[in-house]
Amino acid sequence: MLDTARRISTPEGIELTLRLAGPVPRALAWTVDLLLRAVVLAIIAFTGTALHQFGYAIFLLSAFLIEWLYPAWFEATWGSTPGKRALGLIVLNDDGTPLRWPAALTRNLLRAVDFLPAMYFAGFLAMVMNRDFKRLGDLAANTLVVYREEKLQALAIPDAEPQPPGFALSIAEQRAIIDFASRSTGLTQERAEELAQIPRSLTDGVPAGKATARLIGIANYLVGRQ
Amino acid sequence: MKQIVFEKQHKAEWEAFERWLEQNEKKKKKGTPPARADALPDQEIPRAYRRICQLLALARDRQYSPDIIDRLNRIALRGHHLLYGARGGQPARLWSFFTTGFPRMVRSEWRLVAAAAALFAGPLLILLAVLPVFPDFIYYFVDPAGLARFQEMYDPANPRLGMREADDNVMMFAFYIWNNVKIGFQTFATGILLGLGSIFYLLFNGAQIGAIAGHFSGASFSEPFWSFVSGHSAMELSAIVLSGAAGLKLGSAVIAPGLRSRTQALVQAAKPAIRLMYGAAAMFLIAAFIEGFWSPLTAFPASVKYTVGCVMWAFVLTYFLFSGRGRAA
Repeated sequence: MLDTARRISTPEGIELTLRLAGPVPRALAWTVDLLLRAVVLAIIAFTGTALHQFGYAIFLLSAFLIEWLYPAWFEATWGSTPGKRALGLIVLNDDGTPLRWPAALTRNLLRAVDFLPAMYFAGFLAMVMNRDFKRLGDLAANTLVVYREEKLQALAIPDAEPQPPGFALSIAEQRAIIDFASRSTGLTQERAEELAQIPRSLTDGVPAGKATARLIGIANYLVGRQ
Repeated sequence: MKQIVFEKQHKAEWEAFERWLEQNEKKKKKGTPPARADALPDQEIPRAYRRICQLLALARDRQYSPDIIDRLNRIALRGHHLLYGARGGQPARLWSFFTTGFPRMVRSEWRLVAAAAALFAGPLLILLAVLPVFPDFIYYFVDPAGLARFQEMYDPANPRLGMREADDNVMMFAFYIWNNVKIGFQTFATGILLGLGSIFYLLFNGAQIGAIAGHFSGASFSEPFWSFVSGHSAMELSAIVLSGAAGLKLGSAVIAPGLRSRTQALVQAAKPAIRLMYGAAAMFLIAAFIEGFWSPLTAFPASVKYTVGCVMWAFVLTYFLFSGRGRAA
């Protein structure tokens, strides 16, 4: 498939698929985090003014912690900062395992360089120059930012009387028909019909308006519904 | 085998594994939930996980529909996370890191540490020697307003050194952490740019500290200035040098990766480098504590504060030269 899937091999000899996150969702996640951090700091600053110098001390310490350790702490304990979580992203090691402190700190201390000369320009350049969208911090820490997999819905092929296709189909053709059948409910009737008429050898001789039903029947046969 | 038959045959297996995953992912977050009767026992998990992997491989090979492959992929990924994920035992390692690991690492990276020390101490010592002869040089490094602030800090009439009238110790402690650790982190991080950033920050900070020290070495400011800085100088200056060395470690991996690719070399160099930064950050923390609470005191004569400063330097040097030797790794 032509997309941003990245395959990792596990010791069990299989490959797991991760979906890489590009610059745009990551920038949005960073913006969410930035707003969140600004709000927290504003609250600390506001309550801190009542404590004068001591309040200022608390403000400086929290500013330091929030600037440098906020992302590292969240990534080492939860896998993603609140901003990344909101965008459905998670940070993983290159081999698909969850992050630990050293890698989390490495990638977040190196934000100082990725940010240069302004607004993560260096990080952006690095991201578009490698196939894994790694910024400099990710390169050094060997980490990936990927989509957290959402809960998957069950096989959505509408039930119908299974119909044999009449001749052998290649695996790619089978998949195309199964995919079409599972998406047919989301299409208008006319569009579905139009698409269903494309594989002529399967839908030839089928009465007008029945091509969709024919393909759904074949799909039911292909997935083995009896 | 048809997909439906495959699903029917193996569904129970992956559903049992999913239940175990749900339970243990929760456990990681908050305590142990009550064990369920239908859950897999923990000792069965490695076998069950390998089974899931096998099913995923089969489903892929037989080109089953994407939803079943995605589902098995997701289950295997979650299992992979839990089985190969983080382990505990950090606090015990922290202690052995500071007693043995950190000083050993500094010794094994002595070339980079020496280079960083030279880059930092060079301009510092030169300006320390030059400034008393050409006092106006100070304006290359500090603007007049900034200088006035420094002069207020080291005024012999000041009851607390290194601070202005309104400042308080806790606030200064917080300020030193915020400011100095940030300088350390920047010195480290910018090292990835072929080491140039680290070199710049080492030279720049060395020059600035040397210029100010040189400026205040003359006349009546000398004693308050040196009695203020002597206590925390050992920790703070070594921490800057170590941050620079960690940055140079990254830079040298990018410049001269050896037989590996630059990325691989960088990944390998980053591991010891970040451990050096753990140590450097801890030293910045100690330095900020001394600088906030001990250095400003005027209750002690300068000679006591110089002695403490010398003891700190002796401690830091002994620590890095001798700590962690002789014990088996």
